[in-house]
Amino acid sequence: MTDKHELTPLWEVFIRPRNGLHHRHVGSLHAADSALALQSARDVYTRRGEGNSIWVVRSADIAASDPSFAEPNFEPADDKIYRHPTFYEIPDEVGHM
Amino acid sequence: MGAEDTAVRAILEIADDCLILGHRLSEWCGHAPMLEEELALANMGLDLLGEARALYAHAGELEGKGRSEDDLAFLRREREYCNCLLVERENRDFAHTMLRQLYFAAFMQPLWQAIATTSSDETLRGIAAKADKEMAYHLRHAGEWVIRMGDGTEESAARMADAVTELHRYTGELFMASPARAAAVASGLLPDPETLRAAWDQTIATVFRAARLAAPEIRTWQKGGRDGIHGEDMGHLLAELQFMQRAYPGQTW
Repeated sequence: MTDKHELTPLWEVFIRPRNGLHHRHVGSLHAADSALALQSARDVYTRRGEGNSIWVVRSADIAASDPSFAEPNFEPADDKIYRHPTFYEIPDEVGHM
Repeated sequence: MGAEDTAVRAILEIADDCLILGHRLSEWCGHAPMLEEELALANMGLDLLGEARALYAHAGELEGKGRSEDDLAFLRREREYCNCLLVERENRDFAHTMLRQLYFAAFMQPLWQAIATTSSDETLRGIAAKADKEMAYHLRHAGEWVIRMGDGTEESAARMADAVTELHRYTGELFMASPARAAAVASGLLPDPETLRAAWDQTIATVFRAARLAAPEIRTWQKGGRDGIHGEDMGHLLAELQFMQRAYPGQTW
């Protein structure tokens, strides 16, 4: 017998809460194809008015960084504090940034 | 019946359709094949319950006898419910449930659209404008599933074909106008259901073609619900639906 999860693979769901904002990952679900994944995403993740646009993508299609390579990837940025924009005096006239 | 009574009766027919089908969908709670569909079925059930509530409240006001939406939903006897037979049919399996939803939504969406644009009753037009969008979603959701099951595995195709054989004969009643409905058509309150048939036929034909299903030829349509003559499943449904209000009259939360 075919495994149920082969028939309904995992999809990652992204919701955009408002125009002008970007889509944000909200969770995942199982569905047979993209049309049903979009419908399920609507039913599972927008029940309380969370969004006005949905993206779904097969989880298997996401390339992820290797957790065991996290130190070489991310630690070199830790001591480069000059990359944070905290060394500038912002004139009052600029207002809120 | 006076003009007011027939208007109330005609609105109750639609309200009862929504309540009873909404209740049927609620029976899937905890039993759906997957979590995603569990929520979808409950969402659709709640849409229908919301439509029923608005219609009952409006019918109660028009009637002017002090009956609330709860009185109308929970405290009538079986023979006083005037829903069509299609919506009270048992859930059976997922194929039956989705096909029943397709049949109903394919009828209700054009009905709500017509009410929203042509009804003489402003409150009904408002209810219809909201419900139209809900039914558009039910139609898409059920249609996609009917297509996938009809054109799916050997088992899903067999189950969907069984559902068509079982349920198609209940669809004729959707288009039959009761005396109350005929009066409501004449007064401009509601559209003639016969005018919605072309849209329904086209929707079903499109889905069935993609689903590789054939509509059977029906010689005798099943009917009686509009006169309060229900199938034996209806009593069991009402027993559960009404239990709380019968056991604890007036109970609220």
